[in-house]
Amino acid sequence: MAGLSLDLIAVQLFAGLALGAIYVLFAIGLSLIFGMLTVVNFAHGAFFMVGAYVGLFVLMMGGNFWLALVVVPLVVGVIGLIVERFLVRPLYGRGIDYPLLLTFGLSYIMVELIRIAFGTTGYPFDTPELLQGAVDIGIGYFPLYRLFVLGAAAVVLLVLWLFLEKTSYGLIIRAGARDPQIVRVLGVDVSRVWLVVFGVGTGIAGLAGVLAAPLQGVIPEMGSTILAEAFVVTVVGGMGSIGGAVIAGLLVGVVVSMTSLFAPEMAKVSIFALMAIVLLVRPQGFFGRAGLMS
Amino acid sequence: MSDVPQTIADASDRSNSLFDMAVRHRAILASVFLLMFPLIMPFKALAANILIYGLYALGFNLLFGFLGLLSFGHAALFGTGAYFCGIAIVHFGLPWYVAILIGTLGGAGMAAIIGVLAVRTRGIYFAMVTMALAQCVYYLFYQAEGWTGGENGLRGINVRVIDIFGLKFDFLDPLTRYYVIAAFVILALFVLSRILASPFGAVIEAVRENEARARASGYNVMLTRLLTFILSGAFCGLAGALAALHLSIVPIEMLHYETSGMVVMMALLGGMGTFFGPFVGAAVFMLLENLVSLWTVHWQLIVGAVFVACVLFFPAGIWGTILRRIHK
Repeated sequence: MAGLSLDLIAVQLFAGLALGAIYVLFAIGLSLIFGMLTVVNFAHGAFFMVGAYVGLFVLMMGGNFWLALVVVPLVVGVIGLIVERFLVRPLYGRGIDYPLLLTFGLSYIMVELIRIAFGTTGYPFDTPELLQGAVDIGIGYFPLYRLFVLGAAAVVLLVLWLFLEKTSYGLIIRAGARDPQIVRVLGVDVSRVWLVVFGVGTGIAGLAGVLAAPLQGVIPEMGSTILAEAFVVTVVGGMGSIGGAVIAGLLVGVVVSMTSLFAPEMAKVSIFALMAIVLLVRPQGFFGRAGLMS
Repeated sequence: MSDVPQTIADASDRSNSLFDMAVRHRAILASVFLLMFPLIMPFKALAANILIYGLYALGFNLLFGFLGLLSFGHAALFGTGAYFCGIAIVHFGLPWYVAILIGTLGGAGMAAIIGVLAVRTRGIYFAMVTMALAQCVYYLFYQAEGWTGGENGLRGINVRVIDIFGLKFDFLDPLTRYYVIAAFVILALFVLSRILASPFGAVIEAVRENEARARASGYNVMLTRLLTFILSGAFCGLAGALAALHLSIVPIEMLHYETSGMVVMMALLGGMGTFFGPFVGAAVFMLLENLVSLWTVHWQLIVGAVFVACVLFFPAGIWGTILRRIHK
């Protein structure tokens, strides 16, 4: 174990946190949508993938990465708005499985449309020039782009937190999550709140997609892999809990990164083992309310 | 016998009793249909595929339609059945019938492992947990290359002759192959029909309709869920074992997420909670896949659109809608 210095472990820990930041962004949208609408968005992975492809399209059209960071959440968010308004909305009140099944079918359609537009093979996605290279973070050299992903996730979380906690619209959203009927009685158009939440959640998924693109490249199937991993995050953190999604997302990222250092062949399986342990010990997750399980 | 003219009520009574009789003998009717099926199907290999995936959907429907638990990880049960059957033949040289038994038990065993964890959760959580655990199974089989062939799949499952009590059947002949597979599927149909008609079957539906009431009536809800999941795993494992024999290879894709999703689509297209619906769903799905892929490689687009339309407008599925029409 001579090669495993403390520095290497520290750097790997940071790499895990950067990977975790992507999970956090993905899971937070999933959690937000579930918390408010009680819809498990099985198309969340597809929105993530579409985000990466919209980013790719912006680069192909001669735009730069920074433009893509602005355009992608807007475009993907608008797609989310359309999906909620015309496909998910007719299913409210028809049982909890139907929106899930609908978004599952939708993910097939979205993946296939992207295959038609961009082909079935993947594309590399260049790290923007400004963020290439590594930086000395005191314990060792660390890729600049991963630091940027961590920072970007922190900014998104901060903005989201301010929006939910400090604005009057955020207040309505939080109230709607707790008891939509009372909010409706008070004269608020709850369906419009749900529309906005779905748009915001999918927009963040799109942003996560374009942020992940330089790390892993872009392929049509990239969504289904992260969807399964994000389910682990939501189960570990507790569904509908934003704080839980953040901590569990970072934890899952670190677990993946650490096992790929010590036992690379177990890296993919380790997080599912983590989920199994959490299910056995604390089935509602770290921060989940016990009632939400039913 | 009175000479009073038949009233409308009488007529509907009669059609209802005909309907009831059909329901009572559903396994026989379904079997007769499956025996005639290759006569109307131009492609025998496709007919056998519909049988296998119909059985897979049948096992899934036991859980989803009758118990009300939506699993997104059934590929793990189907794939384990296929791999166990294949490994028994390739690595241990066991005869085909033992291999099928091992595949069936493998599916049930995998269901027991996944089930112990998953039945602790309910509703939407169940779908997520089963999907994540199935993904874990996928990676495990993927990495056990020595046993499973890894990315290339498990090759060399060559069963040429089916030998029953001295009678030899040529398994390479498509029609014979269909009827060998059909024999197992029909057996499964009768077993399933018996399970559903038993007191345990009533408990399954009681848990779906009202969990709290079932618990208050003294039934162990968790155990019912686990047992149903294991039974579902046995049916899916059998389907997987038959698929391994039919394809003579187990591709790793059998464990993939899309195989889990496919069975959800089949069950919903056909009509969840109906006895024969899964077969209808599997047939429609596979015909759609085969026909659409004749003119475009993007058949998933059409299948996805049909599925979304089905969720929106025909939640009872094709067979469920037909049954409802007849029953009116």
